[in-house]
Amino acid sequence: MSADQLPEHPDFLWRNPEPKASYDAVIVGGGGHGLATAYFLAKNHGMTNIAVLEKGWLAGGNMARNTTIIRSNYLWDESAAIYEHALKLWEILPEELEYDFLFSQRGVMNLAHTLGDVRESVRRVGANKLNGVDAEWLDPQQVKELCPILNISDNIRYPVMGATYQPRAGIAKHDHVAWAFARKCDELGVDIIQNCEVTGFLKDGNRVVGVKTNQGTIHTEKVGLAAAGHSSVLAEMAGFRLPIQSHPLQALVSELHEPVHPTVVMSNHVHVYVSQAHKGELVMGAGVDSYNGYGQRGSFHVIEHQMAAAVELFPIFARAHVLRTWGGIVDTTMDASPIVGLSPVENMFVNCGWGTGGFKGTPAAGLTFAHTIATGTPHELNKPFSLERFETGALIDEHGAAAVAH
Amino acid sequence: MLLISCPNCGPRDETEFHYGGQAHVAYPENPDALTDRQWAEYLFYRDNTKGAFAERWVHSTGCRQWFNMLRDTVSYDIQAIYRMGEPRPDLERPVVNNPAATTPEGATK
Repeated sequence: MSADQLPEHPDFLWRNPEPKASYDAVIVGGGGHGLATAYFLAKNHGMTNIAVLEKGWLAGGNMARNTTIIRSNYLWDESAAIYEHALKLWEILPEELEYDFLFSQRGVMNLAHTLGDVRESVRRVGANKLNGVDAEWLDPQQVKELCPILNISDNIRYPVMGATYQPRAGIAKHDHVAWAFARKCDELGVDIIQNCEVTGFLKDGNRVVGVKTNQGTIHTEKVGLAAAGHSSVLAEMAGFRLPIQSHPLQALVSELHEPVHPTVVMSNHVHVYVSQAHKGELVMGAGVDSYNGYGQRGSFHVIEHQMAAAVELFPIFARAHVLRTWGGIVDTTMDASPIVGLSPVENMFVNCGWGTGGFKGTPAAGLTFAHTIATGTPHELNKPFSLERFETGALIDEHGAAAVAH
Repeated sequence: MLLISCPNCGPRDETEFHYGGQAHVAYPENPDALTDRQWAEYLFYRDNTKGAFAERWVHSTGCRQWFNMLRDTVSYDIQAIYRMGEPRPDLERPVVNNPAATTPEGATK
């Protein structure tokens, strides 16, 4: 695939309206999740007198900074259900949104490097199959056949002992996804308001009745927070806490190369994930920086570590150059699962805690969050992902299950 | 990469340290008396401050001692380093305002 297969850069896909004095609902955060939520509010629930407020430019936060991996091979039933629903939506959205955002189902491989990895992986393949998620266990030879540039020899520190493989998984072009949602939102009458930073909330008792912004006060009946790494800051303005820690997560791209990498390879153990974007860049990421941070940048040793892992697994990359590195701020929870549901403030709803893997969840986050906002009760799919689970103990512990590396 | 001044060993690269999250979170005095809500607060809720944040670090590959740090979570500037058991310093101005305390983005030592 080459650059000339990309759609032409669009003109204007949405209006840039002034905020109205009041809306039926306001979504805070104009990234993928906020836009998808607005889209499903308008499409599924007929709520078109709504606004999406974005403090910067549209989809310029984590939506612009992720490595675009889409998969649903999570261990636990609750996660498999919501991520698989997301994947099914990814499969129909290009047609529904009438926008080819280059969703490429090239498969995702999760490598196993230790006996523990192998056992966890085989277990996860079984769990996935029981949940209707496509999954296979590959031996090293099959890994090599699918991805010939992978080094499967046993003379490296952590040899490849096999991999799980989800054929329907893949990547999409993230900015086009945002534009696709934004255009449809706009057509349906949603106001997308950029450079509009929320500075506080208006409350009547414990009920939210408005949003204070740098573009004036906006009255509204309902507020949905979809601000990823800045969710805690907004929650504090509204008077409650979230069990979230914000961390920098870095990623990088190489210069453009001929197509060499046919799939997506993730390794939790040596910790890197790599794909090749449509234009030809090698796209890589790994784990978060350990410290809390809002700075949209991290420490260099984290990049160094993931490059070492990448070069060991893909010796062919040794002479590639890093073109660009960047960081985004991810909202991590203790159980590595998102929080989508009600908040302690009446008529205020939270969609956060997607941590390092929110991109893949975009359509399901939008669908379930819209349902939650419109009806005041969670959708079947996001019911388990409530804030209350941290009190009841019904955690969805994807740490060490499938969410170590996204 | 952060350059962290260990109170025992002096300035060392961030890679010698491990992070311990929010400082000054005491174990509950009467854990059995807590409600589920209070227990959740202790287990899962931590401050997620944008700005000056008191946090713990341990010098894993040096003296292996824990200490506290006051660090800006936006600029990543280290504003104070103090020993375990000491209260969070009330800073008008940073105590450690050494330009070498943090290196520019992407720099290595």
